[in-house]
Parts: sequence; structure tokens; C-alpha cells
Amino acid sequence: MWGRFVTQRTLQLIPVLIGVSFVVFFTMHLTPGDPIEHMLGQAGRITQAQIDELRAHYGLDRPLVVQYGLFLRHAVRGDFGLSYSHQGRSVSAVVAERIPATLELTLFAFLIAIVLAIAAGVVSSLRPQGAFDRTATVGALLGISMPGFWLGIVLIIVFGLRLQWLPISGRIDLALAPQPVTGLNTVDALLAGNGAAFLSALKHLVLPGAAMAAPMAAMVMRMVRSSMIGVLEQDYVQFARAKGLPETSVVGKHALRNALIPTVNIVALQTGLLLSGNMIIETVFQYPGLGKLAVDAIAAADYPLVQAVVLIYAVSYVLLNLGADALHAVLDPRVRAA
Amino acid sequence: MTAQPLLEVRDLHTHFSTYRGPLRAVDGVSLTVARGETVALVGESGCGKSVTALSIMRLVRRPGRILRGRVFLDGEDLLQKAGAEMRQIRGGRIAMVFQEPLSTLNPAFPVSTQIVESLKVHGVARGKQARERGIQLLEAMGIPAARERFRSYPHELSGGMRQRVMIAIAVSCEPELLIADEPTTALDVTLQAQIMDLLARIKQERGLAIILITHDLGLVSQFSDRAAVMYAGQIVEQGPVAELLEEPLHPYTRGLLRCVPRLGRLGMPITPIEGSVPDMAALPPGCRFAPRCPEAMDRCRRAMPAACEWRPGRAVRCYLYGDAEEAGEDRKQDHGVADRD
Amino acid sequence: MAQPVTGDQVLEPVAATTPGMVRLLLSNRVAVVAGLAVLGFAAIGLLAPVLAAYDPSAQHPEAIRAAPFWHPEGSTRFLLGTDSLGRDLLSRIIYGARISIFLGVVVVLLTLVVGTGLGMLAGYFRGWFDAVMSRVVDTLLAFPFLIFALAIMAATGPNLVALVLALAFKGWVDFYRVARGDVLAAREADYVTAARGLGASAPHILFSEILPNIIPPIIVLATLRMATIIIAEASLSFLGIGVPPSIPAWGTMVADGRADVASAWWIATFPGLGILLLVLCVNLFGEGLRDALDPRMRK
Repeated sequence: MWGRFVTQRTLQLIPVLIGVSFVVFFTMHLTPGDPIEHMLGQAGRITQAQIDELRAHYGLDRPLVVQYGLFLRHAVRGDFGLSYSHQGRSVSAVVAERIPATLELTLFAFLIAIVLAIAAGVVSSLRPQGAFDRTATVGALLGISMPGFWLGIVLIIVFGLRLQWLPISGRIDLALAPQPVTGLNTVDALLAGNGAAFLSALKHLVLPGAAMAAPMAAMVMRMVRSSMIGVLEQDYVQFARAKGLPETSVVGKHALRNALIPTVNIVALQTGLLLSGNMIIETVFQYPGLGKLAVDAIAAADYPLVQAVVLIYAVSYVLLNLGADALHAVLDPRVRAA
Repeated sequence: MTAQPLLEVRDLHTHFSTYRGPLRAVDGVSLTVARGETVALVGESGCGKSVTALSIMRLVRRPGRILRGRVFLDGEDLLQKAGAEMRQIRGGRIAMVFQEPLSTLNPAFPVSTQIVESLKVHGVARGKQARERGIQLLEAMGIPAARERFRSYPHELSGGMRQRVMIAIAVSCEPELLIADEPTTALDVTLQAQIMDLLARIKQERGLAIILITHDLGLVSQFSDRAAVMYAGQIVEQGPVAELLEEPLHPYTRGLLRCVPRLGRLGMPITPIEGSVPDMAALPPGCRFAPRCPEAMDRCRRAMPAACEWRPGRAVRCYLYGDAEEAGEDRKQDHGVADRD
Repeated sequence: MAQPVTGDQVLEPVAATTPGMVRLLLSNRVAVVAGLAVLGFAAIGLLAPVLAAYDPSAQHPEAIRAAPFWHPEGSTRFLLGTDSLGRDLLSRIIYGARISIFLGVVVVLLTLVVGTGLGMLAGYFRGWFDAVMSRVVDTLLAFPFLIFALAIMAATGPNLVALVLALAFKGWVDFYRVARGDVLAAREADYVTAARGLGASAPHILFSEILPNIIPPIIVLATLRMATIIIAEASLSFLGIGVPPSIPAWGTMVADGRADVASAWWIATFPGLGILLLVLCVNLFGEGLRDALDPRMRK
């Protein structure tokens, strides 16, 4: 039953992934003219030989459909061409070295968003219209109304510059950088048993993480809250109490489990917001990850690089949604039967 | 032979705060249940039967609260108990079965979890032992293939089986009193009979006292020892079932019985009761049934009659049988009873 | 008007008619204030030439990075200070309201019309059109919103028309789904069967019978979407690929002010505050609208 569920969903993915690659490919070709011409405007950063190689690689003298085919074929093998804003290094290499940073930041933001949102949502739902609920609701409203880049800047001003509590750029105090094993500084620091490095990495994650997490946390919290309020009215919650179960079990186990079901869907949708926000926040904080790479690439008109990054974000999003579907099925046994 | 009753409810008042003022869902209900006895709580929808049950279990939540009254279980007032103690009593000494098993069983957990956690919380069994006991319970409730069904989810079971599961959970920790809130209303007739048979059997086997909440007079006559008729938040008549059905005293009870078509009395007209239930947030002074009562007197509309004992074991709230008036309704004092643990 | 309350119910008043809904909305003071505030923003934008003290692109080299007036070093000449080119911040913020609201409204209207139209067609006629649209929608949904717009703007550069299209490209999907879903449900409804029985044609049914019933959720969605669009536009402008730099936009202003965050914090902060306030009001109004139009939609 599980096997069938997974294969079914994965098969549904394929047309979507194809569509995604299609869109990515064609948007890049919206610009009038030969992309190579644009590259030439980069004041001799790449050699003529590399230009010719690129021309052949992209098949720019061939019809568009063929180019798309070539793009797909190369993409599946992880070959996205050369990045001309990075001295002609291969795009995949440039991208690969930035992924861990973004992964670390995104995971961090995701975790704090989820934990905070669920906690706040549950507590709010226990006493609707109470003091905590009102505060949390206002906070959530602000969270979804705030532009992420602005929040980032305000956090920099307040916590970085005025109070000087936290760093405002980079990933870690370079002097403390641990041996890269996973590429995630916090994990590497823990593996090396280096407390100071771990702390430094963590401190660098706080402000950008918070700025990234805010809109998602706000939306998820509202969902959890309203879902919980609905669930707490259900008969099975009352029955759980009638069985003599302690309130923590009634709320934390019986109610929450059901309230999380629709929440998973919202979380999946919101990860899209998280990924978009990632680019912006990395720019604001000069965080050396994929997002900043993309923004710089856009400024430099480095299309192969932009293409690759956009594709990665899109595919991640698709996979995340698949994961969310699976999680949904885990939480709600009624879905599995379908 | 007057042993202390298992349950004694005395002058219970439960109100709900609504945007239109307080809704007096339970307004001075007094009731006793002896060990092993089945008492039916009868009335139409909205008369307060379920709220009475919830009040006994202290499961009434905002915007409702128990204003005053006493609920004695074996002589101890439940309304004075601390939260932790009450939790032990729920499920352990008094258990409740609800109307719609599909919505009462948690859809996210299999039956096994829901039975085992009860056993664990009340210290009856844990782990493997608990699982075995759970399966035995299902078998005792007449569920075929109990071992497989034990691992199923509620939505995978039929309505009748779900109700049996709910009853299994309810009796798993050997309670002394079972409150069954419309246990068969959501089931079709053949299943109804099966479930009632099951209840009769476990009542016999375990010496269980039962409060049966229903609007079905047929069930009342077949299954209970005594009955209490509720109308608009109050008990208007109570007594042994046979007497109640043969010789109904209160005009409402009489009206109810006339409404029910009976086999063997073909040709008798079914006369519905005129009018409709009162607006609980805007009650008239005096007897609540007066507006619909064919025998209403002026007095009935002015002051509320108090419940009086017509015969030992038989009480009625009606001026036709007694002169006592309900003392002033404006006693604002209440215990401030905690209604959540 | 209120039904008798029995022991089972603790009723809330329900308004299902248009005057009832309007009354319910107006009773929500927060929503009303927010709605008026949004209109206020629009008015400010429209009256910008009159309200702003200075031309938004006028530079004052002698007063570069001037502080807001309450600051000891500030003056009332430039109430909110000036930016790195000596341009009056308050005037720029006032002008910035124009583009934000303009784009918000235009994009929302575009997505609303396209999405609702396509959704109604797909929902009513089904068939191959519906099937094809499903695929298209699935693909579009696979993209996080901003990433998609970003990809387009990256290719075209800051360009107003492209921006509108980029923002609209994915937004119509929400309207499509709502419209399609509601139409699917409505076409089985009795009043539609009755209309068909009377010989009404499909377009007539769609527009005169079904459309009025699906308007409330569409309106709510439109308002809430506008908030998203405004933030998205600001984000793209912040990255330099949104509104062309010649037009004063709040996002661009924040980007400009980023470099001076340590010394002249107001340059980045106030335009952002403008975005926050506008979006907050749009959201508050939208939620009030949702509560009034369909309490069952409450999330």
C-alpha cells in the first residue's frame, strides 16, 4: 500500500518536473538576442575557446526545441554549463559549494518556524481571545504583512548595530571554522566537539533565520490555531477526557495529531515562501548561499547559473510537496485508503 | 433495604453564557441511581439530558459552568474533588458512551491505541498485557476476528462494531456506573437491538449501574428499572418504569406517551403535543410546560412548582399533585465549582 | 429574527443576505478602519503631486542623508530626512504609494478576470479543456511564487509590463481553482437545473446565475492576494529586478538605504514601514471581508 502510494505520487511528479524544466528553459530565452552576446559584454572574463564551447554546448545555432532537448539532457546529468561570472567554472561546481550554506539556513529557519508556530498555535487555541491569543494573533498578522527584506534590515539595525548582540553577515567567525564534513557548520562543529565554533555558527544563523522564518511561522501558527480550535470541539476530544486521560494527553496527543493534518498542507505551501524568502534574506545578510549566488548571477546576467539555481529551487519545492503528501498520509490514515 | 445509592445528584444547576443571556440547560435536577440499577433519562432534544450527564462527569466546558448542586458518588461529592482525582473517576468509576461512534473515536489512531491508553492511565495493565486484555475485551463485546480488528482504524469498521469498541473502552477499567448517551440513536433498528442486548449482558455480568439517556420510549420500557422525564432543563416526573408508563402523572409524560404509536392499539389516534419547546434563554416564569399544557391553571403560569413525592419512589413537578412552589430563583450564590480539571 | 435557543445550541447570529453581510462588515470596526486606510493610501498616491513637498527625484546635494525632523541633527525642511542622493524621503514615500497600489490593483484585477474566467469555463464545460488546464496548473503550482517571477524578471530586466505579467503569471491560479470549484458545485445545484429547464443558454447561466454566487469568495481572495502582490513587487524591486529605477518604489528605496543602515537608518526603514502599514491594512480589511461574507470560510 505504501509502495503503491509512493510510486503513484512519484509518477505524477514527472510531468510536473518536465513542465518545470520547460518553463525555466524558456524564460531564460525571453531575452532578445544571443545569450553569448551578453556574455561578451562581460569584458573579457572568459576566453574565446570557452565561448565556442558554450555555443556548441547550448546548440545556439540549432532550433529552440533542439536546444531544449540538449538542456534537458545536460541537466539530468548535472551539467549546466559554465558560469561566466565565476571565471568560467562549471555551474554545477559553483552551485554545489553553496548548497550546504543555504541548506543549513533553510533547515534552521524551518525548524524555528515550525516549533514556534505549533507551540504558539496550540497555546492560543486553548484560550481563544485570551491575552496570549490576542498577542499571538497580532504578531501573526504583522508577520504576514511584513516584507521579509525589511524585517531583515530592521533586525540588523536593532540587534546587530544598536544592541550589538548578534552578527549581521557571514556564516561563522572565520577563525573558528570547523573542518567541513557535511558543510553545515553547526553539525560540523558538533562533530568536532567544538563548542565555540558551534556557538558562532548558531549566532550567525539567528538573525537571517528569524527573518526567513517569520512569514511562514505566522501563517502556520494561524492554521494550527484555527485547526486546533476546530478539533477541540470534536466529540473524540470530549471522549478522551471522559476516559480520564490527563489534559496534556488530550490536547497534545489526541487533538494535536488531528490538527496537524491540514497544517501539513499549509506548511508545504509555505515552504515555497521560505525558498523565495531565502534569496532575499541571503542578499540582505550577505549570506554566502545559493540565494545570494542567484541574485548576484542575475545582476551579472549569468544565465546558465540563474537557470540552474531556479531549477534547483523548483525541484526542491516539488520534492518537499511530495514529502508533505507522504507526511499527510502518515498522519491521516483515512487518506491511505484512497 | 435502603442501601446508600451509588449516585445521588442533588439540585444540579448548569448554565451556559450566551450572547442572549444565561441559558439554564440544567435547572435543579435531582436524581439517584442505586447499584446495578438502570435509570433512563428521557426527553426530547435539547431538554438538557446530555448536559446533565456531562455535568455528572464534570466535562462541562466554557461557555457552560456548573453553578451549584451536589453530585455524590458513594457519598463523596464529585463537584468538590480535585482535578487529578476526578480524572481517576472518569473512566475508572464512571464511564460514558456517546451517540455517534464515528466522531467519538479518534480517526487518527487505531483501536488498539485507544483501548490501551485507557488501561494504562487507570493502572489496569500496560504493554503486552494491556494489548491482550484489549483483544479479550473486543471478543467479550462480540466483535468477530478481534485480533485483526484490534489494529484497525475507526473508519475501517462498521457502525455497529464501532459502537461495540466504544463500549469496550468504557467498561475496560471496570467502572461502577455507565452513562450511555443515546447509544443506539445513530444505528439502524437491527443493530439497536444487538447493542442493547450487549448492554444488558454486560450489565448483568458486571453488576453495572446504567444511566440511559434516550428519547426512545420503547428502549425505556424494555431496558430500564426507573425513569426520569426531563423537560426544559428540569425533571418533571420520575419513578419505576412500569408505573410511569401505565400511570403517567405529569401532563408532559402523558403527552409523550400519546405521541408514540403502539402496536396492538391500532386505531388509536396519535395526538401530538401542541406548541414547541421554550426558548431556553428567555424562559417564562412559572411552570415551563404551562404554555403547552392542556391542564394548565393560572397558578402554573405564575410560579414554578417544586418536585414533590407523590408516592415513595415517585416524584412529580406539577400543581396537580402537590402545592409546593420552587423557592426564589434568584439565589445568586454558587459554589464556583471548577468544571475543568 | 433570532431563533429560539434550546439546550443544544449556543447560537451566533448568521447573516446570509447582502444587506446583512454589509452590516456585519460595518460592525467590524477594525476592518472598516483598515479599509478606509487603504483608500487613504490610494488617495495619497493619487494626490501625490499635491501632497509631496518636493519632486521625488529632486536631489539636494547640500542635505545628503539628512536626519528626520525629531532627530537633533534633523530639520523640518525634510520631515523624514533625505537619502544618499539628498532626495526628500517623505516625498518619495508618498510617490511610492502610487506604484504599489497601482500594481497591486492592476495585477489583482488581471489575475481575477483571467483566473475566474478560465475557472468558470473549466468547471462548467469540463472535457479536454479542464484536463489540459489541470496539467498547466499543476506545473505552475510547482514553482514557488517569487522564484517564478524572479526567473522572468531576471531575463527581461526591470520592466513595468514584464513585472505585471510576471506577478500575474502565477496569481491567476488561485482564482482559477476557487472559481472552478464553486462552479463545479453550482452546476449541480437546483437553481441551475431550473434555469436550464427554462431554456437558458450556457453563457446566460454562467453569468447571471452562477457568477453572483461565487463572487464573495473571489472578492475575499482578491483582497488577500493584493497584499501578497504588494510584498512580491517590493521584494523584486528590492533585488533590483522589479520596478524600473526611474519610478519611485518602496522596495527600491529600501535597497538604496541598505548601504547606509549603520549611519542613516531611516532611509531603509521608513519606506519599509510604508509597505508594512499598507499590507497590514489590506490584510485586516480582507479578513473582515471574509468574516462578513462567509463566516464559514473563517480559517
